[in-house]
Amino acid sequence: MTTDGTRNRLQGHAVTLACVLLFADRQFGTHFFDVEAHGQPLLWQHLFWMFGHPWVYAIVLPALGIVSDALPTFCRRPLVGYTPVALATVATMIVGFGVWLHHMFATGMPVLSLAFFSAASLVITIPSAVSTFAWIATIWTGKPVLTTPFLFLSSFIILFVIGGVSGVMTGAVPLDFQLTDTYFVVAHLHYVLIGINVFPVIGGIYYWFPKMTGRMMSERLGRWNFWTMFLGFNIGFFPMHIVGLMGMPRRIYTYAPGLGWDTINLITTLGSFAFAIGILLFLINLTVSLRHGMPAGANPWDGPTLEWSVPSPVPAYNFAVIPLVASRHPLWEDRLESPERSSLSRGYLLNQGRETLATTVLDAEPDLILKMPGDSYAPLALALGLGVLFVGLILRSEPWAIVGVLATALAILVWLWPQRRLGQIAEPHHV
Amino acid sequence: MSESALREQMLPIGSFGRKSSGWYGVWTLVLTEAAIFVYLLFSYFYLASQANGEWPIGGAPSLALAAPNTLVLLASSTALIWAERSGARRGKRIQLLSGLALALFLGVIFVIVQLREWQGKAFSIRSGTYGSSYFVVTGFHLAHVIVGLTLLLTLFIWALRGDFDAQRHAPITIGAIYWHFVDAVWLVVFTALYLVPRLG
Repeated sequence: MTTDGTRNRLQGHAVTLACVLLFADRQFGTHFFDVEAHGQPLLWQHLFWMFGHPWVYAIVLPALGIVSDALPTFCRRPLVGYTPVALATVATMIVGFGVWLHHMFATGMPVLSLAFFSAASLVITIPSAVSTFAWIATIWTGKPVLTTPFLFLSSFIILFVIGGVSGVMTGAVPLDFQLTDTYFVVAHLHYVLIGINVFPVIGGIYYWFPKMTGRMMSERLGRWNFWTMFLGFNIGFFPMHIVGLMGMPRRIYTYAPGLGWDTINLITTLGSFAFAIGILLFLINLTVSLRHGMPAGANPWDGPTLEWSVPSPVPAYNFAVIPLVASRHPLWEDRLESPERSSLSRGYLLNQGRETLATTVLDAEPDLILKMPGDSYAPLALALGLGVLFVGLILRSEPWAIVGVLATALAILVWLWPQRRLGQIAEPHHV
Repeated sequence: MSESALREQMLPIGSFGRKSSGWYGVWTLVLTEAAIFVYLLFSYFYLASQANGEWPIGGAPSLALAAPNTLVLLASSTALIWAERSGARRGKRIQLLSGLALALFLGVIFVIVQLREWQGKAFSIRSGTYGSSYFVVTGFHLAHVIVGLTLLLTLFIWALRGDFDAQRHAPITIGAIYWHFVDAVWLVVFTALYLVPRLG
């Protein structure tokens, strides 16, 4: 999560800036993208992909977290290679800074840029492979329980490999010149976005639904749901690789008859309908189980992590004390004969108002007791102030923009005003 | 950690020295804003590399105002370091208030000089890609300076009320991080826009 947060801090704002510059072009007469004044439309593409490529990781990293968290429960053992997987995630983020150009190989680049970004795009497969082999090893050395969540989570590995391999293929410059703007790319991006995100997320919903609602989702319907989605998805999207290699362009809604693409596209259509039916089965399972699912109990999957130690659904007052967590699998410490012992019933009470524990960044040692702020209208006022500011800018109304700036400043000031009860200002001196 | 260690350890409560959620918050903000400036300067250099007109317009910009102004901003940061180290951390209000006032004063000078620098330009924000880049990059920075000045003024008022002592002064530390960041960004912007064109 920290990795994802850092990535969002550093990369999300490339497209924010692109939008600001475009706004300036339109409202204030600047010439960043304006071709007539030698502005550069390609600058937009650069800024967009500096954001756009890492954005894929923004979507994928939480899904990888779901898999690394939930898959071990169904393999009846902790994740193999936790530390390498965590480091691989960080490495993916870092190398991910230097690969945006592989979306633009065909726009006309110096050879040196092509070589550098192609190399980075190939190198980024190494951390992904580390995670992949760790998941496979977890299943291999565990005792897999073939439940619906397990099916979704393990099938993700297959889809991750297919989507990853087609990604590496487009990372190689000569092949990319052939593949750019063809259906091959459409196939790749759907394997990435649906295969690597939607499958683990649905697996995650099957896994945590009992914790959220206190009821199990139907296993029988769940299997129908999985197999319809999995087969439908692959029948629908795999053939796109083939028509892509045959030269079918993307972003064009139709094609001339007799190009040899008809049968493959028919298969794609059938597959996509099957996939849609699979999603429908999921939604049906969700609604039916919400009312009629079997009662789940606190820990239906015999999971190792803290959330499974409290009743389902989680009551508002979940832990009486802040648990002291010593390992990554506090509920399995006995059976794993782990030397570390977590304590769920003894810990910081923190009962003096709204308090929580701050910990050190890497070792999570208790560091400080934070006083949390109470309810406040300041954030709402800030949002409204910003709204007035930006609407004022769009309408080119200076008075409203100024009102917006002042309201924003005022809201931030009120929000951040130091408070004695939050321990932010000096105690009065006792005489 | 063991239970005995838990019993022995007394944790501070609330904001304590620089330990506070705002300290992490401002570093997150600094990271975000630094990224924005990296992308801005990327855009500047990209447009420079693709320019087919005069870049910069009228040759490398004059250092007559910009170089002394850079020193003014550095002095402002130095005053704030003094305010924090000799004032806030030791609970000495006079040092804190005078350091903040000096930092604020020098910051205002920077803004006035920067506005004069803008007035003296022979081109505008609408003058091709260079004019657009120059004014948007320096404008982004000036906006950050003005936010920083508002922040210093607020800190001054809080310090005047006697809100801070040697333990409770996290807002000063947090504000200082932002102000030093704004100064550091200026050094990068100054190097990119004023010094780099002199190299070639």
